[in-house]
Amino acid sequence: MPVPPQLRCCDASGCRSAGGQALRSALEGARDAAGLDADALTIKPVGCLRLCGSGPLVACDGPGPTQLFGGVSPEHAGALIAASHAAGLATSHTASGGDALAAHRLDLEDSFFALQQPVVLEGCGQVNPESIDDALAFGTYAQLRRVLQELTPEQVRDEVRRSGLRGRGGAGYPTGLKWDTVALQPPGPRYVVCNADEGDPGAFMDRSVLESDPHRLIEGMAIAAYAVGAERGFVYVRAEYPLAIERLRLALQQARSRHLLGNHIDGTTFNLRLEVRVGAGAYVCGEETALLLSIQGQRGMPQPRPPFPAQSGLWGAPTLINNVETFTAVPAILREGGDWYAAIGTEHSKGTKVFALSGAVVNTGLVEVPMGTPLRTVVEVIGGGVPDGSPIKAVQTGGPSGGCIPAERLDTPVDYESLLELGSMMGSGGMVVMGASTSMPEVARHFMGFSVNESCGKCVPCRAGTVQLAQLLDRFVEHRATPADMERLDALCQMVKVTSLCGLGQSAPNPVLSTLRWFRHEYEAACREPAACVAAGGVEP
Amino acid sequence: MSVVTLTVNGQDVAVPAGASLLEATRAAEANVPTLCHLEGLTPVSSCRLCLVEVEGSGKLLPACSTAAAEGMVVHTHTPRLREYRRMTVELFFAEGNHVCAVCVANTHCELQDMAVTVGMDHSRFPYQYPQRPVDATHPQFTLDHNRCILCTRCVRVCDEIEGAHVWDIGSRGGQCHIVAGLDEPWGQVQACTSCGKCVDVCPTGALFRNSDTTAEKQPNTTLPALLRTAREQHRWHNQ
Repeated sequence: MPVPPQLRCCDASGCRSAGGQALRSALEGARDAAGLDADALTIKPVGCLRLCGSGPLVACDGPGPTQLFGGVSPEHAGALIAASHAAGLATSHTASGGDALAAHRLDLEDSFFALQQPVVLEGCGQVNPESIDDALAFGTYAQLRRVLQELTPEQVRDEVRRSGLRGRGGAGYPTGLKWDTVALQPPGPRYVVCNADEGDPGAFMDRSVLESDPHRLIEGMAIAAYAVGAERGFVYVRAEYPLAIERLRLALQQARSRHLLGNHIDGTTFNLRLEVRVGAGAYVCGEETALLLSIQGQRGMPQPRPPFPAQSGLWGAPTLINNVETFTAVPAILREGGDWYAAIGTEHSKGTKVFALSGAVVNTGLVEVPMGTPLRTVVEVIGGGVPDGSPIKAVQTGGPSGGCIPAERLDTPVDYESLLELGSMMGSGGMVVMGASTSMPEVARHFMGFSVNESCGKCVPCRAGTVQLAQLLDRFVEHRATPADMERLDALCQMVKVTSLCGLGQSAPNPVLSTLRWFRHEYEAACREPAACVAAGGVEP
Repeated sequence: MSVVTLTVNGQDVAVPAGASLLEATRAAEANVPTLCHLEGLTPVSSCRLCLVEVEGSGKLLPACSTAAAEGMVVHTHTPRLREYRRMTVELFFAEGNHVCAVCVANTHCELQDMAVTVGMDHSRFPYQYPQRPVDATHPQFTLDHNRCILCTRCVRVCDEIEGAHVWDIGSRGGQCHIVAGLDEPWGQVQACTSCGKCVDVCPTGALFRNSDTTAEKQPNTTLPALLRTAREQHRWHNQ
């Protein structure tokens, strides 16, 4: 039986801001005008179709190969309907309207799409994020049902441990080990928490997952809750993601109505209550101990660890915290097996990682590639390099906690250890490409300004040290710096890095340290008397 | 009672299990400096002055909130720790408006003493001269934000010992400040019992009695520990 043609319209934030909703209603209007009914041509809102920079995106499925159109305006609606209907009738692609759309057709064989390996993003762009029926038809919740019927919590944890999955929030802690730690605590209540407080500038992976496939996240969290023995959980989403919050809440409601959440899930003895908690705009609440305090209604300030949340978290109970991407990877791991996942990626960083590609790059959007893919492949082949064809100067990864990787190190494989070695970090997955005109002291000052604004103010190195660092960087940006400033910058960066209380403070100097390491000459040139700075500057660290 | 033994600066010490690293360093008379820490209050590890090196740990650990463990090898005064402590004190002085000559706490100020301890005679970081207010609305006490170092001793003593929770922290980063009640003038906060514990534990001249003038403040920082042992162990210091 031939598949009826359908149009998948991206309805995530990126394409919405490019006019995706107007396009979809124009398409529906054009379908009615062409005398077609909804069964003959389905127009479905879906999540992220990846190439966000070319939105609004529309994918056209028919008996033939899927076609993708980008930058489509409502005037093209008629042509699109005609083309997709023609495709449905299996006639030639050059049917009426084909020429008008030629400029908007995106090549799905292009390396941007061809080199991706969707695991976390499997359902993104495929399912309607507001329909649980669509999610169920796509296979979501099948693993939860299977796990509840067939596997013990130990078997689930064993599968996750075998997969080698590591936390996708940035630090890369082994997920299986964390689950075991929570599960093996003394009997009593436990909690699962999803950290969806994605605040790094240039990072939009978690938002895309929440907006595109919220049911997959819920399934992953429910499996995790079963594996560690939790009956209650929270998703902590930042308030700046209104569409994500709306879709997540709708998805939770739908899941409850289908007995996939609540008491006696799917007829078993397993109960789980999941709730959304909305952040109030503090970046530091992405730090796990601050996040837990915020969920409990207190001021979000990091606490000394130990005790780790796995031992004592929400209301003193063992609490499992994972990132959106980590939970979302779980259903696929259980479906295909831990060994399958472990076969992807490198020895110590397994599986795939989602990156948000932006900055001076041709293809801006969401990318999921196996771990260990060279950075060059991600930014030059998949990303397409700098739009004017000039060489890439640096790639910033990890947001304000990460660093700038210079062009000569682009052949580094993307994994946790390699990026740390370069003075950057995986972070949550934001990747900002910088062209030749970017000034590195200015980049460092930009990120330091972010850390100054987002420091919670608890410990003095971060509260006062970042302010002093930002002022030192001002001197470089304004060409007022002296050799003494250079030394002070080095020394204060080290001090803030090793003495701050939480990860935010400890990593706040990274943008400075990494640019000092790879682009020290730019700092020297930014001194009032550059020659004096070069003479005083030490050897490369 | 079980005991853990560890080495502090080459000296073996034994402390009860559950004791903090700070207690262990004190047993070794290592004089680890502290500012936010106060016996009897929950440690918050925010001043970072008690950071010590523990062999095998990649990070510096705050002695006040780290539990002493069997076999630990601790160093409390390595050159880099000394340098970090000095920088920390410089940052404290540079971020507020600390003018000892006109301060009620002059000669009784823990921040001033700390500068002497770590050998800080000037700040290499530029002074920020922030614009900060003074709250003189309380009939007996005054809060001078210019001298506050955000150690949160007042917050903790009011919450944990007095049970009134008048104090908390508002804003974030460099704008952080102590707030009374729901960010009201202190004199209007009905929860305040005017017990004066916050004034007694304040390490600087940020909180003081209205009757005190320059160099007249007499803090009493032993109160929280006494009250805590009295309540929890029914032991009174005059018994």
